[in-house]
Amino acid sequence: MRALPIAARVYIGLVVLSAVAVIVIGPHAGIDPATLALVVVLYVVTESISTTMHNSKAGISPSAAASLAAVVLVGPIGAAAGALCSAPFVLRRQNIVKRLFNGGQLALVGYAAGHAFLALGGGIGAPDRTDFPWILVPFCAALVVYGVANALLMGCLMWCLGVVHLQPPRRVRWRTLATLEGASLGYGMLGLFIAAVWGVIGAPAILLVLLPLFIARWAFDQCIAEQRAHEATLATLCQAVETKDYYTRGHCMRVSRGAGMIAQQLGMHAERVQTIRYAGMLHDVGKLGVPTKVLQKPDKLTEEEFAAIQLHPMRGYEIVREIGFLDEALAGIMHHHERMDGRGYPMGLAGTDIPEFARIISVADAFDCMTSTRSYRKARSIEEAFAELRRGSGTQFDPTMVAALITAVDRDGWELPDAVEPPGDDSAVVAQQDHDDPSVPLRVAGEAER
Amino acid sequence: MRAPRGAARRGYAGPARALVVLVAAGFAGGSLLWTLVTGFVEPEAALAFGVLIALGELARITLPGNREVAPIASAGAIGYTFLLTVGGDDVHHSGWQVLAVVTVGFALGELPHIAAGRTPEWSDLARRMMIIVVITLGFRPFAEDLSPGSDQAAWWPALGLMVAVVLAGWLTDGVIAAAIRAERLRTRFTVALRDELRAHAGLGMAIGSSGILIALASTITGLAGLLVFTAPLLVTQVAFRRFAEVRLTYLQTVRALSRVTEVGGYVATGHSRRVSRLAKSVGCELGMRESDLLELEYAALMHDIGQLSLRDPIASGATVFALPREQRRIAELGSAVIRETGVLDSVAELVRRQCEPYAGDGEDGPPPLGSRIIKVANAVDDLVGESADPEREQAVLERLRMDGAGEYDPEVVEAAARALERASAHW
Repeated sequence: MRALPIAARVYIGLVVLSAVAVIVIGPHAGIDPATLALVVVLYVVTESISTTMHNSKAGISPSAAASLAAVVLVGPIGAAAGALCSAPFVLRRQNIVKRLFNGGQLALVGYAAGHAFLALGGGIGAPDRTDFPWILVPFCAALVVYGVANALLMGCLMWCLGVVHLQPPRRVRWRTLATLEGASLGYGMLGLFIAAVWGVIGAPAILLVLLPLFIARWAFDQCIAEQRAHEATLATLCQAVETKDYYTRGHCMRVSRGAGMIAQQLGMHAERVQTIRYAGMLHDVGKLGVPTKVLQKPDKLTEEEFAAIQLHPMRGYEIVREIGFLDEALAGIMHHHERMDGRGYPMGLAGTDIPEFARIISVADAFDCMTSTRSYRKARSIEEAFAELRRGSGTQFDPTMVAALITAVDRDGWELPDAVEPPGDDSAVVAQQDHDDPSVPLRVAGEAER
Repeated sequence: MRAPRGAARRGYAGPARALVVLVAAGFAGGSLLWTLVTGFVEPEAALAFGVLIALGELARITLPGNREVAPIASAGAIGYTFLLTVGGDDVHHSGWQVLAVVTVGFALGELPHIAAGRTPEWSDLARRMMIIVVITLGFRPFAEDLSPGSDQAAWWPALGLMVAVVLAGWLTDGVIAAAIRAERLRTRFTVALRDELRAHAGLGMAIGSSGILIALASTITGLAGLLVFTAPLLVTQVAFRRFAEVRLTYLQTVRALSRVTEVGGYVATGHSRRVSRLAKSVGCELGMRESDLLELEYAALMHDIGQLSLRDPIASGATVFALPREQRRIAELGSAVIRETGVLDSVAELVRRQCEPYAGDGEDGPPPLGSRIIKVANAVDDLVGESADPEREQAVLERLRMDGAGEYDPEVVEAAARALERASAHW
């Protein structure tokens, strides 16, 4: 309870107290105690198997199914009582405050949904065949009330905790919200289902309905574990790329983060943001195709060596092109060294011919390079890097992306990498230039700087 | 080992697979004929379930291990089999009618797929049919006697029989699938049976319980709620589909990144893939489990990743010619990179011990089977290279057989010989 703001404490207290109040006040006639006990079991089970959604920010649980089944089977008061009684038994690692709030919230939501159900003519108890299909009308009303009440109670808590702020509608993540609401509506429909089968065979109905959900949860868990493993593997292999050059440690992950920030600032939806994070992570994978001695050469480069470096985006594309989920990211990897004025490589594309992802990565790439230490210079400050980006804006960089990066970094901050010291035993050769650095162009023999 | 992926598919046409397809087709055709002759009863129920089955078949998914499943179609078919009353009125369809509806549903659901060029895996389709055959023939003859009316307690014998025939159906399916798999991959039947039962356990339970649920719920709600009742299964199907997708991209990523050594000019083009393909078929020959095979595939794909840390590439990237100390160092470096992921520890271990001699060389004992397989597969590919010359293959195998220093596991070498022979026979 220590870290909770006062507002949140008051709010949680209010929710729990009103839940207790409605249960104590409400009429208790018509609630079958045996059914109520089983409903509690149903609540406990569904709350315990709640799953995390893909980006693991928001949790959903099939408790909507339990709540709405309870609404039909034991009415609003029963639903509220069942929810509150189940709170202490939920098999999850939760502290007492969270348990209390969850129980209270579920109780209030169930109570509201129950009244909607009754108001439109629904009857308490297991439905039989004469109730169908008209029971769908009050049930759907209950479903809608459930969704709205749930969102309101949760939203208020988030606001009290300071996690979310009142935002203009454009900035709300409607997509995530819709997925969550959709999932709980789907689960909610199962409530009617449980109630209907309850009328046929009684309590085993719980098992029959929940078995597929248990298995789905198991599959989602597998899926999340596999996804994490995938990301960990990608990250590690990117670090393997960086073993070639001591000073670029962590570069890939920072470019990935920077590109993600730009994409978010531009208002891209979550999947594209994720894809561009991958693209940022893998953008330099083609450096593996460039001989180490070229990458680490302290002197000016020959024309051939410069050409070898210029080939790295193509090489990267060759390596990752068969990875199915990358699609748009591939273009980003291949063209991240194009310039707006058409003097970049490998294709010399100009302006908006350059894929959007490539324009984003290009800015994030240069920004990270400038703000980290290289063997031939110290890291620049963020302001200096901004100035350099603004200077190249329009010629090298897309002004939109530069502006987006600057806004995002100003708001969210940017974690500067620690200055890396190469091991002192002279065994590590370090590069004396960096192809990403816009302020210090690569030096090519027999030619002015380019 | 140079056999392209198509060769493995062509290798499917074994007797077990052909038999299953034939039997299923026989049941399908026979039931259609029978129903046409004797006539349909209760066409509304048949139509509703037929549509559900067709939609489910349309939404079929492919699970890891190339297993094609159509959970909603299967659950719909099981539901139709177990249907005793619809909204209070008893139904009287025969087992043959169930099979006929399922046949038509499957056909309608597959047509768009076939039109789009996605031919179904015929043996998997046949297996989906056979499950229903077993369940229907086990349940439908007793359906009239079990019809419970409105009494709750009277449902219990029916429910018991439903669970029993569902289990029998999945067991039969496991046996058939294992027979086909053992034939295709040339692995042991018992190993294949365990793999198949494990792979289908979760989804099978979900499908079975949903089928029972659909039949029970129709008693109360009639056919109207049919689509809603597949909701829990829909959630499950989405979960499994996501899982299959993630597994696939993971494999693609590891495959792609195994090529960094090639693009970097450290090893010959296609080396990692050839080694992993050969290692996998050797693993099958030796009766490895599916989960171990996947680990072996990952390890074989990444076995040379340690070469990235070398300042200068070794000659033609063939580690078999490198000094043992150098080989050891490459293996250690590669294993360290893989271990950093934090999730592929057993893969890292396979990579670390890939160059140890067959009997082991320290207190750790002999290296794991996977490492021994990679050692042989790597040697074969380093020595044979891209050439498809069978004589050269034979010479290389002879050289590995003759190895006096106990480097290569003779059993693995023999398995590799069989795998190579099979691969070239498919050319």
